[in-house]
Amino acid sequence: MNSMPDLKKIASEYDEMYSQVNRRVIICAGTGCMANGALKIKNEFLNVARLTGLKFETELRQEEEKFDLLTGSGCQGFCQMGPLVTVEPEGIFYIRVKPEDVAEIVAETVMNGKPVERLLYKGSAGKPCRTVNDINFYKKQTRRVLRDCGNIDPEDIREYIKRGGYLGAEKALREMSPVDVCDEILNSGLRGRGGGGFPTGKKWALALSEKNDKKYIICNGDEGDPGAFMDRSVMEGNPHAVIEGMLIAAQAIGADEGFVYVRLEYPLAVKRIKKAVETALDYGFLGDNIFGTGKSFRINVMEGAGAFVCGEETALIASIEGKRGMPNPKPPFPAQSGLFGKPTIINNVETLAMVPGIITKGAAEFRQIGTKDSPGTKTFALTGHVVNTGLIEVPFGTTLREIIFDIGGGVTGDNGEIDPEGFKAVQIGGPSGGCLTTEHLDLPLSFDSLRSIGAMVGSGGLVVMNRNTCMVQVAKFFMQFTQNESCGKCVPCREGTRQMLALLEDITEGNADENTLVILENLGKAITKASLCGLGKTAPNPVLSLLRYFNEEIQTHVTQQRCPARKCKSLMTPVVIEEKCKGCGLCIKKCPVGAITGEKKQPHFINEELCIKCGACIEACRLDAIAEGV
Amino acid sequence: MHSETHVNAVRKFAAVCAILEKYEYRSDKLIPILQAVQEEYRYLPEDVLAYIATAIGISPARIYGVATFYAHFALEPKGKYVIKVCDGTACHVKGSTPLLDEVRKKLSLKNKQHTTDDFLFTLETVSCLGACGIAPVVVVNDEVHSLMTPGKTSAMIDDILAQERVEDEQHA
Repeated sequence: MNSMPDLKKIASEYDEMYSQVNRRVIICAGTGCMANGALKIKNEFLNVARLTGLKFETELRQEEEKFDLLTGSGCQGFCQMGPLVTVEPEGIFYIRVKPEDVAEIVAETVMNGKPVERLLYKGSAGKPCRTVNDINFYKKQTRRVLRDCGNIDPEDIREYIKRGGYLGAEKALREMSPVDVCDEILNSGLRGRGGGGFPTGKKWALALSEKNDKKYIICNGDEGDPGAFMDRSVMEGNPHAVIEGMLIAAQAIGADEGFVYVRLEYPLAVKRIKKAVETALDYGFLGDNIFGTGKSFRINVMEGAGAFVCGEETALIASIEGKRGMPNPKPPFPAQSGLFGKPTIINNVETLAMVPGIITKGAAEFRQIGTKDSPGTKTFALTGHVVNTGLIEVPFGTTLREIIFDIGGGVTGDNGEIDPEGFKAVQIGGPSGGCLTTEHLDLPLSFDSLRSIGAMVGSGGLVVMNRNTCMVQVAKFFMQFTQNESCGKCVPCREGTRQMLALLEDITEGNADENTLVILENLGKAITKASLCGLGKTAPNPVLSLLRYFNEEIQTHVTQQRCPARKCKSLMTPVVIEEKCKGCGLCIKKCPVGAITGEKKQPHFINEELCIKCGACIEACRLDAIAEGV
Repeated sequence: MHSETHVNAVRKFAAVCAILEKYEYRSDKLIPILQAVQEEYRYLPEDVLAYIATAIGISPARIYGVATFYAHFALEPKGKYVIKVCDGTACHVKGSTPLLDEVRKKLSLKNKQHTTDDFLFTLETVSCLGACGIAPVVVVNDEVHSLMTPGKTSAMIDDILAQERVEDEQHA
C-alpha cells in the first residue's frame, strides 16, 4: 500500500464490511486466557461451525451475504475468570468457558441472541450479569488506555483506525509543529506511567531543544516489576496505540528512529508488537514520507534478556547498544545524550498509549479526570488475596478502598473464600514501593500522595495481602529480588542490599536483637541516598515501610521470637498433638538433635530447648500428629 | 582431519555464521545475536562465544560479561523441557514455594542442581511472567499453566514423562 493512508476511507470500508456481520464472537487471547485454554475454545467454535453449517469468518472481509465473525482480542483484564468470550452486538459476556460449552453458545447466543445463563458471571447475591457493564469489576473502572484493549482485534489495524486510530498521528504530523505537540502534552499534565512520574511534555521539550541530526524514541516495555502486567496487556491488546504514541513523540522531538524494548518473558507481546510494526509500515504510518509530510520514522523491536535493571533508562540504553545493562550517572540525561550518544526519549508503554488520545481530544479533556497534580487514569495490576484479580484502570484520586472492595470484590483468606476482616496490607509499586495499610484505605491515590507516605505508584502493581501474610517475609522477598537484580556497579546497592537481606534473614531465623532493627533502618537510608540509579535508591523502600507501618509485627519477631502470621518456620517449635500420637517412634529416629523423647505407644514429647525447628519430625509423622506450633 | 567432531564443528559454526550474517556482524547487536545462538543450541557454548568475539571484533571478556549479566543466557546446556516456576510477587503470595519444592523433589534435583542428569528437565525461577491474574503459574517451554498446585505440577511432569516414553517407543 505504502502511499498516503486515507484514514476516513479505511474506516468507512471497514464499516461497510462490518455491516454484513450478524454476530461477532470475541475470545480473549491475552496471556492469561491463552493459558486457561482460549485456543481450544476458538478451535471448538470453528468445529461447531463446520458441523452446523454456520458461516464463521476469522477475519473481516468483503462478503455478499451476512456472516458471523470470530476474532481474538487482547487482555480483557478479568484474567482469573478466563477464558472469556463475548458475543456482540448484545455484548453478552461469558466466563470460564470450556470447549463443551461452545455448541450451546452457538445455538443459543450466536444464532438467537439469547444468553446461556449458567456461563454468565454471578454478581452479588448470585445475580447473573449479562454484559460487562453489569459487573462491578468493570462498572467501577474508567477504561481509556484499556478501552480498546480486549475489545478490538489487535492484529487488525483497520479496526484500530475505525476507532479513531492514527488520527492523532495525522494531526500531529500535518497540522502541528513539534513545539505545539510538546506544549499540548505539557498542558495535559501527562506524567510518566513507568514509576517516576516525570512530566512527559517537559522531557520531550528538553530533547526538542537539542540540536542533532539523529534522535531516538524508545518505548520501554521492560516491565520487570514483579506483580505488574499492564504494559504487557497494552502491547498484546492494542499495539497500534503504542506505535502511534511513538510516532507522535517522534514528531515532537524530531526523531526518525525508534526502538520498542520488550521483556522476553512476554512472547505474545513481542509477537503482536512485531506484527503491528510490519502492518503499520505496509499502511504507510511508518517508513518514509509519512502522511505526505516528507518525514520518516522507523521502529525496531528488541527483546530484553532478563534483567530488571534494564527498566532504568540508562541501563536500557546500554542494553540496546549491546552492553551489560548497567546504569550511568545522570546528567547528561538521555534527552541530551542517550542512545549512541544521541538525544533520546524513553517513555513507558502506557504513557505512549495515552498520547494519541490527548492529541485528538486535547489537553483540557485529559485534565477533566484524575487529580490536579496527576491528571488522567492509571492502570493497575490487581493481584494477590483479592476476589477479582486482573487488570484495571481508574482515574487518579481513586481510593484503595474503592479498588480493593468495589472493583476487587474484597479480600480473600488462604482458602480462597471472602474474609471481610482479612485486609492487612497492599504492596504498591513492587520492589521499589511500599506497603499501605488500613489507615491508607481512604487515601486518594496519586503520584504525590503516595510519595508523601513513603510508597510510589511504580508501574502500578497492587498486591493485596491478607491477615495470614507475614510482612517480614514479604519484605525479605522483595529484598531478595532487588539483591538478585542489583547490577553490581555501585557499592551501596550491591553490598547494601546483601547486608539488608542478611539482617532480614536474622529476623526470620530468630537471630536478631533490637540492634538489628537500628542497623537495618540506617543502612536502608544510606542506600537510598548513595545509590546510583533508581533501582538502588528505591530498593530499601519495602523494608523502610515495614519498619514504619508494621513495627509491632517486626518487634514480635525480634523480642518474642514469634511470627504472628505463623509463616517463619524457624520461629515455630513443633508440638505433638497428644490425641493423635500413637507413639510409633518414627519422629525420634528422624530428629537430628535428639530433641524428642517418649515411651513406645505413649504420646511423645519435644524438648523446646534442644529443638532446632527443622521440621523433619512433621514430615516424618504419618499420622499428622505433629503440628507447627507458635 | 575429517573426523566426526570436525564435521560437527563445521556444522556448529555454520549456524553461528548465518546468525552473524543476519545481524551484519554488528557489535551493538550482540544481545540479539546471543539470543539467536541460544535458540539454536539451547545454551551458549564457550567456543561459540569466542568465535563470535573474533567475528564482531570485541573481546571475549565483554561477551562473557554480557552473557553472565542477563538471566536469560545459559552457559551450560539446558534440558529439553525448561520448567519455569514464576516467583513474582503475586505468585509468591499465592504459593510458588511449594511448587518449587514439588518440582525439586519430583525431579530429584540436588541443592544447586538445575538440570536433571538425563538433560530432560531444567528448573528455573523467573521474577514475573506477567500472568499475575492467574497466579501461581508454571511455564514449560512456552506453555503457560495457570492456577497451579503441587498436585497439578506433579501431574504435569508425569504427563511429559509419559509423552517421552511414547516418543521413545516410536523411535525404537
